[in-house]
Amino acid sequence: MYQFSGKLKTFSLALIIIGLIGTVFSFYNGSQKTIEDAKQVIAASHSSGHGESHGAAAVHAEGDGEGEHASEIEAHAADEHGDSHSEENGTKSYSSKEEHNVAGSHEAVEGHTEKHTNENQSVEEEHSVSDVQEHEEHVLHQLQNRPWSAFYVALFFSLGITLLVLAFYAIQRVAQVGWSVVILRVMEAISANLLPTSILMILLLAASVMHMNHLFPWMADGTVDPASENYDAIVDGKSWWMNSTGFMVRSILYLVAWNVYRFFIRKSSIKEDTANDGNKTYKKNFNASVIFLFIFMITESMMSWDWIMGLDPHWFSTLFGWYVLSTLLVSALTVIAFFTIYLREQGAIPGINDSHIHDLAKFMFGFSVFWTYLWFSQFMLIWYADIPEETTYFVMRFTEYKLPFLGMVVMNFVFPILLLLNSDFKSKPWFVVIGGVVILAGHYIDVFIMIMPSTVGAQWFFGIPELSALCFFIGLLIYTTLNAFSKANAIPKGNPFLKESEHFHYYNIEHTGEGSADH
Amino acid sequence: MEASKVIHAFYTDDEVLLDAVKEVKAAHHHIEEVFCPFPVHGLDKAMGLAPTRIAITAFFYGITGLAFAIWMTNYIMIEDWPMDIGGKPSFSWIENMPSFVPIIFELTVFFAAHLMVITFYMRSRIWPFKDAENPDPRTTDDHFLMEIPVNNNEEALVSLLAKTGAVEINIVDKH
Repeated sequence: MYQFSGKLKTFSLALIIIGLIGTVFSFYNGSQKTIEDAKQVIAASHSSGHGESHGAAAVHAEGDGEGEHASEIEAHAADEHGDSHSEENGTKSYSSKEEHNVAGSHEAVEGHTEKHTNENQSVEEEHSVSDVQEHEEHVLHQLQNRPWSAFYVALFFSLGITLLVLAFYAIQRVAQVGWSVVILRVMEAISANLLPTSILMILLLAASVMHMNHLFPWMADGTVDPASENYDAIVDGKSWWMNSTGFMVRSILYLVAWNVYRFFIRKSSIKEDTANDGNKTYKKNFNASVIFLFIFMITESMMSWDWIMGLDPHWFSTLFGWYVLSTLLVSALTVIAFFTIYLREQGAIPGINDSHIHDLAKFMFGFSVFWTYLWFSQFMLIWYADIPEETTYFVMRFTEYKLPFLGMVVMNFVFPILLLLNSDFKSKPWFVVIGGVVILAGHYIDVFIMIMPSTVGAQWFFGIPELSALCFFIGLLIYTTLNAFSKANAIPKGNPFLKESEHFHYYNIEHTGEGSADH
Repeated sequence: MEASKVIHAFYTDDEVLLDAVKEVKAAHHHIEEVFCPFPVHGLDKAMGLAPTRIAITAFFYGITGLAFAIWMTNYIMIEDWPMDIGGKPSFSWIENMPSFVPIIFELTVFFAAHLMVITFYMRSRIWPFKDAENPDPRTTDDHFLMEIPVNNNEEALVSLLAKTGAVEINIVDKH
């Protein structure tokens, strides 16, 4: 049995406490934001130069806003050539269009406001006052969203990793995999993180539904009420899916389904050790895993629509569920490799050799490429067709998040492919750790870029809120995992494939401390 | 010369063969060649053969393909005749890069795969109409053959090989 070392326990608890303090501080800070702060931010962005703020205008115009914005520029260009009379006409038709847009969406409003302050100031003075107010309110919401999103990014990442560890574990059972049996208990232990993160997730989603934040734009008051000035016809059209009741019911269903499997399989897996019933328990666990994988694939897809794509209610992508899956899957494998390497160093798991590490590294490598494939497929299809309602998603990310957006491709693709291509490198733990750290950081950035642009827009930064949320969830993961690992046998003794796993040997790996006679 | 005579020892089981190879190596005899009807796991390690470098060549062939594809797309689409095709930006290579990725990927794989296979053929000396270098036709069906050069140590070798479970030991003149 593994003994949870006191030092590490203290370390993980310290991380949790530091993370909590930082999170509470940033929530307090976020709640203190006033309209004055928003005004300052806007003033700062305007003073950065005419050209830049104009570019930002195009970026902010999301959803249907962008198309209309473009047509307006054309209309404007035509006006400049016409006489004064037609110019006035043009402006009039404009403002009626505008009113429609103001009701339409925040983003569109923002785009127009900037445009007006730049070009139409004198003509539209009266109108732009209300526009400016809306803009300020929008920026204020973004500022207030920041601690929420920072926490949400780390929470979703942590929950997702744990969930995918559980799914990978189920795959190992269903595929009756021989090599991984000695590390099944590591995966089981990591999945202990599922329960606390699920509870936090429900709390956070409930808080969103109760309007304690502005994470999900479709939850705002009046988006589905035609009489309201917040009315959004697009959201209204999707309200059969995107409504608070359905959202909460679905979210709870996903989380309960996953936790039920985790609870059952953990209990039954420990029972397997001493069952001695002709593999009856083993077969029962096999069946449970088959059912879980079926449910998992459906719930994972829907979870990504609800929790991530719902942040951009005007945007949609069919590939998204798989994309989220791939980013979480490669992170999950990295986390498994980390804990395996750590526990092996501690001598806690007998029977682990370099070939197991090599296999984990192969999975990290392969799924890094898989992630890149899905990321690029989504990006390239949207870039190629360039349909405004889809493109805005990437326009926003490319202009406001350029460094993390491009940096993550390097971290998640180029780096692992060069580091983990060589077969010898893959069996060296320290190589795997270096590759893993970059992969995990890269996929954190990936989740960051999925969530942040929709919630805080251009007001993003990696500071105290993000760092403390990350600390909190890393601490939680370490604590729950090692705590769970110390509660059961390090090796699943009753598994019929255990022997095979203990003798697992990938043919061209020279194991450390092994001569050629051992082959 | 010394390699004019060789011993051909036949085995009928890959496990026996593997042990025999280890024993012959332990007695410090040089094994000229082993002929098998199918790949025997661990035989190369037992014989002490150097690991293959074909994966390394494939990596460089892949890089060659990558470079070729980048040069080709850049020259054709950007430098030579930068047309506006459906509004795709052809001002610089990087601006239009996403649309080149499928061909870049395929050419990388194409170069890596084909050149590696050709390298393998050349290094293994395999080509159409090549005369088979098979000392005994049974080695393609159910026998394993170990070939050891003789250097005035015929009797010692024969007794050693007989001990390792060889089913047939022949001394052959090799030209």
